[in-house]
Amino acid sequence: MRYSYYPGCTLKTKAKVYEDTTLQTAKALGLEMVEVEEWQCCGALYPLNTEEHFSLLAPVRALSQAKELNHEKMVTLCAGCFNVFKRTNKAMREDGELRRKINDYLEEDYLGEVDVVHYLEVLKKDIGFTAVAEKVKKKLEGRKIAPYYGCLLLKPRNEMDFDDVENPTIFEDFLSALGATAVEYPYKTECCGSYLSMANEEVAETAVGRILKSAYKSGAEAIMVACPLCKYNLEEYQKQLQDVAGENGKMSVLYFTELLAEALDV
Amino acid sequence: MKRIGVFICWCGSNIAATVDIDKTIAAAKQMPGVVFADHNKYTCSELGQDMVKNAIKEHQLDRVVIGACSPRMHENTFRKTVEAAGLNPYYMEIANIREQCSWVHKDKETATGKAISLVRTAVAKAARNEALFSTEMPIERRALVIGGGIAGIQAALDIAETGFEVDLLEKEPSIGGRMAQLDKTFPTLDCSACILTPKMVDVAQHEKIRLITYSEVEKVEGYVGNFTVTIRNKARSVDMEKCTGCGDCMNKCPQKVSSEFEMGLAERRAIYTPFPQAVPNKPAIDRATCRWFTQEKCRVCEKICPTGAIDYDQVDEFITQRYGAIVVATGFDTHKLDKYGEYAYGKHPDVITSLEMERLFNASGPTGGKLLRPSNGKPPKNVAFIQCVGSRDKAKGNPYCAKICCMYTAKHAILLNEKVPGSKSFVFYIDVRTPGKDYEEFYNRAYEQHNATYIKGNVSKVFPDGDQLVVRSVDALSGALVELVVDMVVLATSVDARSDAKDLAQKLSITTNAHKFFNEAHPKLRPVETQTAGIFLAGVCQGPKDIPETVAQASAAAVKVASLLSKESLKSNPTIAEVDQKRCSGDMSCMAVCPYGAISEKIIEERRGRETVTRKIAEVNTALCQGCGACTVACRPGAINLKGFTNEQILAEVDAICL
Repeated sequence: MRYSYYPGCTLKTKAKVYEDTTLQTAKALGLEMVEVEEWQCCGALYPLNTEEHFSLLAPVRALSQAKELNHEKMVTLCAGCFNVFKRTNKAMREDGELRRKINDYLEEDYLGEVDVVHYLEVLKKDIGFTAVAEKVKKKLEGRKIAPYYGCLLLKPRNEMDFDDVENPTIFEDFLSALGATAVEYPYKTECCGSYLSMANEEVAETAVGRILKSAYKSGAEAIMVACPLCKYNLEEYQKQLQDVAGENGKMSVLYFTELLAEALDV
Repeated sequence: MKRIGVFICWCGSNIAATVDIDKTIAAAKQMPGVVFADHNKYTCSELGQDMVKNAIKEHQLDRVVIGACSPRMHENTFRKTVEAAGLNPYYMEIANIREQCSWVHKDKETATGKAISLVRTAVAKAARNEALFSTEMPIERRALVIGGGIAGIQAALDIAETGFEVDLLEKEPSIGGRMAQLDKTFPTLDCSACILTPKMVDVAQHEKIRLITYSEVEKVEGYVGNFTVTIRNKARSVDMEKCTGCGDCMNKCPQKVSSEFEMGLAERRAIYTPFPQAVPNKPAIDRATCRWFTQEKCRVCEKICPTGAIDYDQVDEFITQRYGAIVVATGFDTHKLDKYGEYAYGKHPDVITSLEMERLFNASGPTGGKLLRPSNGKPPKNVAFIQCVGSRDKAKGNPYCAKICCMYTAKHAILLNEKVPGSKSFVFYIDVRTPGKDYEEFYNRAYEQHNATYIKGNVSKVFPDGDQLVVRSVDALSGALVELVVDMVVLATSVDARSDAKDLAQKLSITTNAHKFFNEAHPKLRPVETQTAGIFLAGVCQGPKDIPETVAQASAAAVKVASLLSKESLKSNPTIAEVDQKRCSGDMSCMAVCPYGAISEKIIEERRGRETVTRKIAEVNTALCQGCGACTVACRPGAINLKGFTNEQILAEVDAICL
């Protein structure tokens, strides 16, 4: 199976391991990822903007570049990019007036032809978690992992259509395919503090603190994420764990692809 | 030449503010056949009607056009008016210059132009109106009440008390409905069962009431005064004649299943009555779970039954019955919570719905009336109540207010505090709505005397913390984030129409609103009637309401039924189809489109030259025809006409607008 692949800025820098493990595991599973040529920033702003068409120019440009690769689907990894592309694409498919304006400005003719999917969806729907489980060489047996979804994969519900917004289970299903145990705790969809880690650290720190402590108390040894920003925040405020885990308390935060790479032994 | 009178109504400012009455009158006077035109502020008033009657006599009018509101509103009123002045009622024609003109337009000049057009149209038709005569139709003087909850019970009792026979149809094995599930009732806290069960017994014992339980409506035919209803009598697998209601079978049945009546908080057997005070107190076998029907073994009930009443071979029976009137009282479903994952319902046993809370409070419920947490069987100290779950929620629930939740939540807070001394409740609300006699005082009692704290805010999440639950919300009045640790969470689930309401509406030819509640004929003036004559509404199937309102509406429906059945006969609607024998080619296209089966074939003899030949033509059954007009469109030779709406009349109307 061939897919267009849009990495996004973080995956080439801070989240290099996310990209590496994705490409390795994709190869092991027989998937071909063709990187979109001359891709640029996804725009990143769309979730924050409601009225301005301006913030759609970057993602539509990236999407029309992906269209030229002639693959049915474009795979993304970063939850932020996924959120931007999925929503932009839906808007381009459904809003005729918007479609006309953006295309006029960009001198493109993009009608929403590309399907934007997340790598996790590829694993679930295109390959199937059962088939993934069959390819697992080293079962992650006994590993207790806390699935942490954050918000961008799931919300807003009508636009993302990714999983049940209040009680998603795709991470859990993925973990059990790898043989690991998904820890149940109440903070799996709560906010990580997002960009407030720059603007108002206290808020982000409190938010992260709740998640870390709850996961720790539920017996998790690691937290699984799909978003570089979640990972950054969860790692940044590890000292919040001190109350419950002692002075050197630590909780590792892993991309789901890292766990997949480990299980597939690539 | 006809002598036509035109009467333009102001309808206060409803018409007069948008339509120039003087201009319309002046234009009407120029129309062919019009010999008189005048106006009135309220033509429907006594003064207005007198003006019409006097003008008919004074000016020897033989056709009347009223420019006023929709015929839906006052056609009957004005037909009676002209009849009182000695004219055939069908000589009157209405020009709808309110709903179809003044209400939907702003510009006075164009609205006036349109009003004149509409009057011209009506004048053209009135000139061609013929006298039509109703015939008398006998009435089947019996009523059917669909639904055996408090609404149906009250309606049935009230109708029966007027002396007419009533069949009370219930789909469950027992009557009682939702009210039987409730513990206490607001605002007086009398026990629901104590006030309901005597009525259930009255129903069972009333000589004019026949109970038909475990049955559903299959098909409805006919019309007001003459409905023919086919009822599916579901196979109960118990012979009602032989069964004495001893209950041995229920004690010995080895198959336990979750009880619907107890909202899944307790079990019942596969052979069961929904609750101990069931009426009739005779069980039914739930074939979906019975071991004999699912695994072909067991038959314990048959062995145990002292009277040999168990009958595994029963099949669904269909009974066909005639009724003059029908009351629909089918109640409601509670809102499904699958879109409210954030409240952890179904994930944590201590998160329950308000109806489940009723069962936990109830002395005959699963805990014997002790309020205990489902998770550990201990009494809760702190309970959070979340109101408007599924109500007033345009995004994922019902946009409407379910009306009863504020009051029953206040009741739950009071009962909780009474049952568990020292306990505390936290009520999360959007608004507290208590319009009703003694309602506000009742709600005051909850927070003044019963330790209830009201917090204005939408709960965003409920999640477990150890063996307790954390409720997270905003306190909208202070703007602060609130996190409470509680022992139980009660969700005030919204009220939905029955999931099969659309099907029943279709069978009855009545309409529903966007949320599948049955429509009343007029929201203010005809609240218990439907648009279909002879079919009436009672209870929540028409819209959310509490017990006092339900009972009032049921009694009102009963009066409507009684006043209909008290007549010996009804006047038939004369605007029905008529076949012109000479033109009918006998291709029977009309028969194929008639929704009422009112058209049949008829063989006639004709002289053709010197020969007598026979040929086939269509014939209309005047009792069955409802005057829908479908046949007149299907008829290619134009041989079938709807009286009062003949092709000639319609074409005259079109010409009046277009030419």
